[in-house]
Amino acid sequence: MIRDITLGQYYQTDSVIHRLDPRVKLAGTILFLIDLFLINNVWGYLIATAALATVIHLSKVPFKYIIRGLKSIIILLMITVIFNLFLTDGSVIFQIGFLKITWEGLRTAVFMGWRLVMLIIGTSLMTFTTTPNQLTDGMEKGLRPLKYLKVPVHEVAMMMSIALRFIPILLEETDKIMKAQQARGADFESGSLLDRAKALVPLLVPLFISAFRRANDLALAMEARCYRGGEGRTKMKPLVYNRTDRTAYLLIFAFMAVDIFVGRFF
Amino acid sequence: MMLKLEHVNYEYGQGTEMVVHALQDINLEIKDGEFIGLIGHTGSGKSTLVQHLNGLIRATSGNIYLDGESIYADGFPMKELRRKVGLVFQYPEHQLFEVDVLSDVCFGPKNMGMTEEQAKEEAKAALSLVGLGEEYYTRSPFELSGGQKRRTAIAGVLAMKPKVLILDEPTAGLDPQGREEILNLVASLREKTGMTVVLISHSMEDVAQYVSRIVVMNHGRIAYDGKPQEVFRHYEELEQIGLAAPQVTYAMYGLKKLGLDVDTDIITLEEAADNIVAALRH
Amino acid sequence: MKLTRHMKNIIKTEQLKYDYVMRDEEGNEAGYYTALDNVNLEVKQGDFIAILGHNGSGKSTLAKHINGILFPTGGTVWVDGLDTSKEENIWEVRQRAGMVFQNPDNQIISQVVEEDVGFGPENLGVPTEQIWERVEESLRVVGMYEYRKYSPNKLSGGQKQRVSIAGVLAMHPKCIVLDEPTAMLDPSGRKEVIRAVRALNQVEGITVLLITHYMEETVDADRIYVMDQGHIAIQGTPKEVFSQVEELKALHMTLPQATLLADELKKRGVVLPDGILTIKELLTELEKLINVHDTTA
Repeated sequence: MIRDITLGQYYQTDSVIHRLDPRVKLAGTILFLIDLFLINNVWGYLIATAALATVIHLSKVPFKYIIRGLKSIIILLMITVIFNLFLTDGSVIFQIGFLKITWEGLRTAVFMGWRLVMLIIGTSLMTFTTTPNQLTDGMEKGLRPLKYLKVPVHEVAMMMSIALRFIPILLEETDKIMKAQQARGADFESGSLLDRAKALVPLLVPLFISAFRRANDLALAMEARCYRGGEGRTKMKPLVYNRTDRTAYLLIFAFMAVDIFVGRFF
Repeated sequence: MMLKLEHVNYEYGQGTEMVVHALQDINLEIKDGEFIGLIGHTGSGKSTLVQHLNGLIRATSGNIYLDGESIYADGFPMKELRRKVGLVFQYPEHQLFEVDVLSDVCFGPKNMGMTEEQAKEEAKAALSLVGLGEEYYTRSPFELSGGQKRRTAIAGVLAMKPKVLILDEPTAGLDPQGREEILNLVASLREKTGMTVVLISHSMEDVAQYVSRIVVMNHGRIAYDGKPQEVFRHYEELEQIGLAAPQVTYAMYGLKKLGLDVDTDIITLEEAADNIVAALRH
Repeated sequence: MKLTRHMKNIIKTEQLKYDYVMRDEEGNEAGYYTALDNVNLEVKQGDFIAILGHNGSGKSTLAKHINGILFPTGGTVWVDGLDTSKEENIWEVRQRAGMVFQNPDNQIISQVVEEDVGFGPENLGVPTEQIWERVEESLRVVGMYEYRKYSPNKLSGGQKQRVSIAGVLAMHPKCIVLDEPTAMLDPSGRKEVIRAVRALNQVEGITVLLITHYMEETVDADRIYVMDQGHIAIQGTPKEVFSQVEELKALHMTLPQATLLADELKKRGVVLPDGILTIKELLTELEKLINVHDTTA
């Protein structure tokens, strides 16, 4: 079901992770992703998993809630695992006809699946604990140097934040239009690939129209509230690093150093 | 065509901390040709309830019977159910997608397996029922006025020739004139076709003069079910669940308290005025 | 001299005219549609004004002129003495005349209530500490302070509209225009919003322009304008306006049932005063009649 998609949604609670400066969380997430691509043994993965589990625990976001977010990528996950499982050359453990499972394939499949799950959980943890506005602020301030390269940092950050705000609304709307078309006999579930693609037209056209209407309304509402870009704006929640943030940076770097060392050289 | 709901429950969000009991032990019988007003505030479960009637949502427990046959039985023709029980969603104009009005209205009948020709016939008949003539056939649905869009969308469901027509807040967001037009349209549709009609609303005043039966929902349960005047007798309790009886009801009960011998079951303005005048003369 | 005359009114329009340009498929001008025609309006500081009218009567077009979203094609609009058509006035105008729109979902920008209320002050460049003060104060006025940490998606329609009102209030406007804020709400949501609007006016002393098609919402207004085809068709106090039952019916307005019932009774020879708006008033008047009957009998 569409309402199961929790990816990119803020989970409201009060925790030390929620209170962290968004720049710490942004940097932490990026470093975590880099780390995931650098490690390549089981110890490295275990340490990363333990670190992630600690952060999940600290964030007070229920584990069930996080798992629900994974449902949306289950197909991607399966494809990755199956491709790696069957299409990697090496010493064969098991073979039926042209399908063969190799030792190397099994290893890559398990690591790829594991990595993907952690990647998704890691990034969604950031959005669970950071409001889009904080995220925007974090990006805007963290990426400020890019402004000198004529990158519209504020605008991009604002667009992202608005997109996130409207995801649940548009998902609900998709659900509603889908049901309305089903009530008129539309069938989204059977038929050939081409049939199914065609069946999406009655869903996508109304959805686009609605998205444009909302965008237009929102632009008007923002203008009416004197929005005129980033120039001259003040912040309700300005970003200032405190001791917790500095400690968090230290912990992140320490984790990186240990994990990459263990994950590559053991 | 009779719809019967037996001990229907629906909950969602299982496995999370927030399990919602959207419907609780619903028992309801909808008979052929009835005109029912389904009333409740937002979140009372009325929209969820009607989506059960054409199988868009499946009950967590309990059963629904169409002419005595369980719709959850193996091999029950769901498509046929969707055709027989036509559901017009809230803000139905948001589902329009075709290049012209006629093609959009044809969408339902075609999905039901009609030929192009048949579908067009049904679409034209449905458009004429909602008062949109030939001059609208080739117009883009997106260029129409709000009220016309909504009528096009209603025609889209009518073209499937349903036996039961359910309208989820068909007057939402319209101005008074638009509201009146749509309500009159629904009443005339019923007269012309003899369909069973279920009208969802959060305004007693809007539906009071049209329907023959009112079902009030609150917190996923049926709170009251009966003739309008029977339901309005509970005007004080209705107030507590965030609904209001028509103002006329308040006036009549108020006068009764003042010692005037009036008939508190009266709903329409004219009758109320006649009755008050008679009581004053007395 | 002229300037001081305008200063007395928070909003003034003089021969306001607005034409929508209609374009054909190639984008050439194909004609005009006159949405507002010779509208003259004067609103005093602190007034509660209601503007009624059916769809297409021009009421929303009028609202958008007061916030500087649309500019007159003829005549002039002054907000707090500022001519809205002058480019340099635009942000001042938008700060002094805030606006709340119809769709509760499409005007909340942030994913946390308090951050959304802070959006306006941030745009105005208000210092951080003052933003917090303004946010708290505004949320309290509309009764949404307990919800300040909530996501707007978890709120009801009425609550979302109250957040939007707080968002405008935090900009410290002199006047708030509400463009059909209740059209998409259920009866309890409508009540909530109207209560918040009255608090704005009575407690905060802010001038309110409420645009609506529900006549019941206008009974407390200081003055009502009924619009039709871009003109002001009827204007006056609620009592004056609601006395014109036939004229209002002709403009497709739905009168409160209390007013209609009083009208029906009058047609049947019952002597009642004009402009009865609520059941309570009707009962009070009828009680007098019953007592007279009792004493004479």
